[in-house]
Order: sequence, then structure tokens, then C-alpha cells
Amino acid sequence: MSKPTWTNPVVRWIDYRLPVFTFANEQLIEYPTPKNLNYWWNFGSLAGIVLVIMIATGIFLAMHYTPHVSLAFASVERIMRDVNYGWLIRYIHMNGASFFFICVYIHLFRGLYYGSYKSPRELLWIIGVLIILTMMATAFMGYVLPWGQMSFWGATVITNLFSAIPVVGQSIVSWLWGGFSVDNPTLNRFFSLHYLLPFIIFALVFLHLWALHAHHSSNPVGIDMKGPQDSIPFHPYYTVKDAFGLGVLMLVLLGFVFFAPNFFGEPDNYIEANPLVTPTHIVPEWYLLPFYAILRAIPNKLLGVIAMFGSILILVLVPWLDTSRVRSARFRPVYRVFFWVFLLDCIVLGYVGANPPEGYFITVGQLATFWYFFHFVIVLPLVGWLERPRPLPDSISASVMAGKGKEAGHA
Amino acid sequence: MHKALLAALLAVAFFVPQSSSRAAEGPALPAQAWSFKGAFGTYDRAAVRRGLQVYREVCAACHSLNLVAFRHLGDVGFQEAEIKAVAEAYKVKDGPDDAGDMFERAGRPSDYFPAPFANTKAARASNGGALPPDLSLMTKARKQGPDYVYALLTGFKAPPAGFSLMAGMNYNEHFPGRQIAMAPPLAEGALTFADGTQSSVSQMARDVTTFLSWTAEPEMEARKRLGVKVLLFLLVLTGLLYALKRAIWQKLH
Repeated sequence: MSKPTWTNPVVRWIDYRLPVFTFANEQLIEYPTPKNLNYWWNFGSLAGIVLVIMIATGIFLAMHYTPHVSLAFASVERIMRDVNYGWLIRYIHMNGASFFFICVYIHLFRGLYYGSYKSPRELLWIIGVLIILTMMATAFMGYVLPWGQMSFWGATVITNLFSAIPVVGQSIVSWLWGGFSVDNPTLNRFFSLHYLLPFIIFALVFLHLWALHAHHSSNPVGIDMKGPQDSIPFHPYYTVKDAFGLGVLMLVLLGFVFFAPNFFGEPDNYIEANPLVTPTHIVPEWYLLPFYAILRAIPNKLLGVIAMFGSILILVLVPWLDTSRVRSARFRPVYRVFFWVFLLDCIVLGYVGANPPEGYFITVGQLATFWYFFHFVIVLPLVGWLERPRPLPDSISASVMAGKGKEAGHA
Repeated sequence: MHKALLAALLAVAFFVPQSSSRAAEGPALPAQAWSFKGAFGTYDRAAVRRGLQVYREVCAACHSLNLVAFRHLGDVGFQEAEIKAVAEAYKVKDGPDDAGDMFERAGRPSDYFPAPFANTKAARASNGGALPPDLSLMTKARKQGPDYVYALLTGFKAPPAGFSLMAGMNYNEHFPGRQIAMAPPLAEGALTFADGTQSSVSQMARDVTTFLSWTAEPEMEARKRLGVKVLLFLLVLTGLLYALKRAIWQKLH
């Protein structure tokens, strides 16, 4: 990497003392990136941008929001009706949460498909899992703030999960609530934490990027960059590609914001919270539905809670559960099939989570939960051992030259 | 092939939970042709006016409209003088005055629609124990909101043979549980529309639903107007970015 000499004297003065310009040049401009990344690699940076959008809109919402049980609902409606462009800010924030999860889930499944978690990127992957966990906590608490029926009852159901912990469970729940039911202290602390956690996510994203830049991006063929012929500088190639991806994401996100802003929401949340009236079906937001299905699949409450948290935490172990030495599913004919089965399984879990636990939903939910864990604990190690991967190309550059037509089709 | 498969899976993932999260209760809601439907839909101004009249002369006897101020009517074409006239028809409790007493005065545009009852207990006491819900957000707070409100208002029927209706309840196949404490609120010719429109039950239901859709989403017209501009801009910008991406990457191939 060539060390640039800055011609502008002010830039040179600053850079000598605090080398921000050199840093930016190395990490954002010259940063060598595999030349064969496809569009699935866009979703990491998209998720990062959505995080910034969420923080920006959230700061403005907090200026007008009142975290009190008797005022919260009305203050949100005031934002919708009387604050200038308040409806726009709130709808971006509301739909932004869904799109944050869409981006992150696509990013996650991309990692699973292309084996991005394998050495030396295990920590990068684990930090990613921590980001998802923190996002879920943040999103859950944010959903409580408008103090609608689903806010209240969702909060009641989820916080009650901790009562499954033996002996101290009930005390922990009271401690979380700050009282003996979900009430004003709960709302206040959720607001405080909902403002704090995004900055923790931001710090985790920084670590995620740090770990990423230590060994650079993986890529669709899953072999390392072996020289300058395999890489291209991040700018302008990936800046422009990310900019185009951002345009597409904004088209879809703002399409929902302007024309179907409540598509991802539950109508019940436009009814003010009422501790005396329980909604017929309490459902979390769509992005938590698969985990909700796992929770309900297991008849024992404590085991259900363990399974639910375990279903996320098991991702931490994926770099070691997957025993294959080949990263990309492109060269793993058997794993590739199981990947799609697993994706389908997650969608089935989401579908089951959205429905009341009655009739065949119970059986389907239990089978899908079984398969979820079976995939990680049995399929991943076994397929890694038994599968015969297809031969890998000699280099990224060779694979690009050989599969030009295919590459375009794959993106 | 992967692309198509994935697109299909994503489509399933995002659209299925929405449609399935409430098990069907009662017959499906017939979709009505609302003026405010679609990307360019607006609130039919005449219907909003008639709907306000239906709310004031019928619904307001029991239902509050707490989130709506008289001044908001300006967004749907009411002139300042008209808003003043609507507001002045209401008595609003104000105070305390300099002597420390509460007093009543005529409503002002900045006031909110006064609720018919002082509190929920009073509302229940006057309605056989049932609480008439606030209507400000009603069409947003139900699945297929406007269709639901219309179906409910026009869906009162004699209960089928063998259906045991509790005392003081009315049969309505669109209400969860099929019995509702509200008596059929609309009757043929119950009011005389200021613009001479025939006041049939379906006409009144349609108009008040339009009015309540506006109270639920007063920002809708501004939102759609801005949305068309934003999406057109983004479409051009994204197209240009794609061309730029192609041009820059061309050098590599």
C-alpha cells in the first residue's frame, strides 16, 4: 500500500498529528477487496447505513416522545399529527427497524452460504451474532415505547420468560419491571435502554469492521486473495456498487414508508395499552417470529426459554460445528441443499410463530424446531466430514476469468 | 434459478405472517372501493363533510374522538370560518379562571373534540357496562380497517336460529364473537345531509368511514404526494448510479 503524500498543507499538518486521512485512505479508498463479490455482499454496508438512519430518526423522535404510561401513546400520536414531518420520521423509524432486520438476516444467510465465518473470521462472525442479539433487545424495547396493546402485552410476555429461571426467576422479573407488573418504571427504563443500546450496536459494528479489515472480505469462491490480481481498491468499485445498492434499498424502504407504512405492524398497537384487556393473539414483530415459534414448540417453559436463546447463541459455535475446509457452498453440493432446507425451515418457523399454537401448527413448529437444531448440531459436522467438495479454482482471478457468464447470472 | 427460488422464499417470508396472524372470525370483509385507496388516493371531501355530520349527530353520542382538534379539519378543505362554526357548537370546559373556578366556554379551533363522557366509568355506566372505544384511530386499529368499520356498521342482522344472544347484545357477524353491545347506530333517514345526499344506511356508513379514515391517517394525502416525488427522484438517481457502476466496472473486464 503506497503511503500518500498530502499536498494540501492543512491536511498534511493534521495528518502528521492525527493520521485520519491516511487511515481513511487505507481503509476506505485503497482497501483491497476481492474483485468477485456479488450483490449479496451489499447487505453488510446497507445494514450499517440503516443503523445510522435509525439513530438519526430516533434522536428526533426522542425530542417529542414522552416516556410515561399515561402520555406515551398520545405523544406518539402528537408526533404523527402535529410535529412537522413527524409522521415521516416515525414511519422511517418503524419501517427502518424491519429493514434493518431484513438486511442483517440476508447478511447472516449470505455468511452461512459462503462460509464467511471460517478461520480466520470466527471473531468477526461472533461479533455479528452479538450485534443481532443486541438488535433484538433494542427492537423489542423500541416496540414497547408507543405503549399500544401489543407493546404492553408483548413486553409482559417476553419479560415473563425470565420467570422460568428456577428459584430467582420471579425476583428477576420484578427487578426487570421495577415493580410487580409492566408499568411506568418498565416504560422508563426501556426508553433509556432503547436510547443506549444503539450506541452499543454502533461500537460492536466498529469492532465487526475492525475484525473484517484485519483479514479482508471473504468472497463467493471462498479462497483467499493471493495477490494484487485478485483484488480491486474499495473506491471507486465498491463505493459505487454500495451506492447503487443503497438506491435500491431506499426505493423499497421508502416505498413502504410512503405507501404501506403499517404493513409490518400490528393494528392492535394503535389501541392504547390496557392492562385489563388481553389481545386475542399476542404476536411479536415479524423478525422475532421464528424464535417465538421455538419458544412455544417446547412444552416446558424453562426448556422453551433455553431453546429460544440457544437458537441464537448456537450461531456462535457455527465456525466449529462446520467441519468442512471449503468455505463456499458453491463447491459443496451436499451442504448447499441443506442450506436451502435450513432457510426454508426458518421461514416455516416464522409462519408458525405468527399463528396461534393450535392444531397442526404445534406439530409443524416442533418438527421445524427439531430441524433447526439438527441442522447445526448434526448436519453441519457430518456433511463437513462426509461431503466431497468440488475442486476449487486456483485463484479468485482465475475463477472470474473462467466463469464470466455464470458470475453475471449469479449476482 | 437460485435467484428465483430466493425471491419466492423471501416473498413467502414477508407476506405470509401478515395474512395469517389472525384466524378468520366471521365472514371475509368485502373490499370497498374507497376514494383514498391506491397510490394516488385522496379523501373524498364531500364524503368527509357528510361523515363529520354523521359522527356529530350519531356516533358522538357515545364515542370520543380524542386525538382530533377542530383546526385539523383545515387539512380536508374546511375554511377557517367553517372550523370556527363547528368549534363554537361545542361547550368546552376551561379554567381555572382568576377566581380559581372552572368555567365553560364556546369551543375554539385549537380545542379537541370534547368527549361525550367525563371518564371511562361514566361511559360504561351509560352503556350497559360496555365501553364505546375512541374512534380517532379506529380504521388503523383493525385489520382492513375501513372495510371493517363499513362492514360492522352495515352488518347488523337478526341472529341465526340457535344462536344464543346475551341480554342487551346485538348480532353482528363482523364483530369478534358476533355479538356487540352497540345497537345498530344507523337507520334509514336518521339525519338530513346538508348537501342533500340521500341518507341511506350504506351512504352514512361509507361517509363516516371516510371521515374516520381521515382522522386515523390525517397525513395520508401529504404522505402519498411526497412519496410519488421521492420515489421518482430515487428511481432516476438509482438508474444513474447503476449506469455509473457499469461504467466504472467496465474498466475491469
